[in-house]
Amino acid sequence: MEEQGVIKKFLYVNRKAPYGSIYALESLEVVLIGAAFEQDISLAFIDDGVYQLKKNQQTSVSSGIGVKDFSKTYRALEGYDVEKLYVDNKSMEERGLTVDDLIVDVQLLDDAQMAQLMEQQDVVLSF
Amino acid sequence: MKFAILVNEGPYQHQASDSAYQFTKAALEKGHEIFRVFFYHDGVNNASRLTVPPQDDRNIVNRWSELAKEHHLDMVVCIAAAQRRGLLDEKEAKRHGKDANNIAEGFRISGLGQLIEAGIQSERLVVFGD
Repeated sequence: MEEQGVIKKFLYVNRKAPYGSIYALESLEVVLIGAAFEQDISLAFIDDGVYQLKKNQQTSVSSGIGVKDFSKTYRALEGYDVEKLYVDNKSMEERGLTVDDLIVDVQLLDDAQMAQLMEQQDVVLSF
Repeated sequence: MKFAILVNEGPYQHQASDSAYQFTKAALEKGHEIFRVFFYHDGVNNASRLTVPPQDDRNIVNRWSELAKEHHLDMVVCIAAAQRRGLLDEKEAKRHGKDANNIAEGFRISGLGQLIEAGIQSERLVVFGD
């Protein structure tokens, strides 16, 4: 399946909360499939998208909304060589979150740095 | 320019599907190449041949089918997103023991790898979504 020789910079921009809609889950499905293509992958979490990485998500029928908790998959990304996770600092602050609230190690970016990250990409997929 | 198009929203519900169609049509008319149109999320519903819009409205599904026929467009519907939402071709319907299929002419069902490939092969991937 790999495209021999061509390595592009792919950025997945995640802007939506993990459960109110399916965007977050289906974005993650693209990331996992895309990892097999050995491209240069980065993930960005902005706006309510930062909630996708929140620790202690409780979604089971007994304690929550009865939807599968897929947040642990973000921890498995490292095994797919997806290691560049960027989070918008302002979005975190607006929601009262710090990196200690997140299930994975991330790099916090300010607006200018986020813009620069996007500028560097070949392909930007926004979900 | 070689474009790839990603359609993330369903027909009639959201402008994204119309905008994607208008963009694709305009690009083709200007002589650009469309490597692939990929339908994801509720965008897969653009491929349902069972839609019946009012007669005085545009027929979004047929419009895509016609554009594909005219320009030999490769229109791919994500299989995982399609199955969740009840979009099946004949083969998939049979495989899952369903009594009907509903994929319109010109669309084909395939995997997410086709989206990544489109990103690699095209010069610009244009996303139409919310």
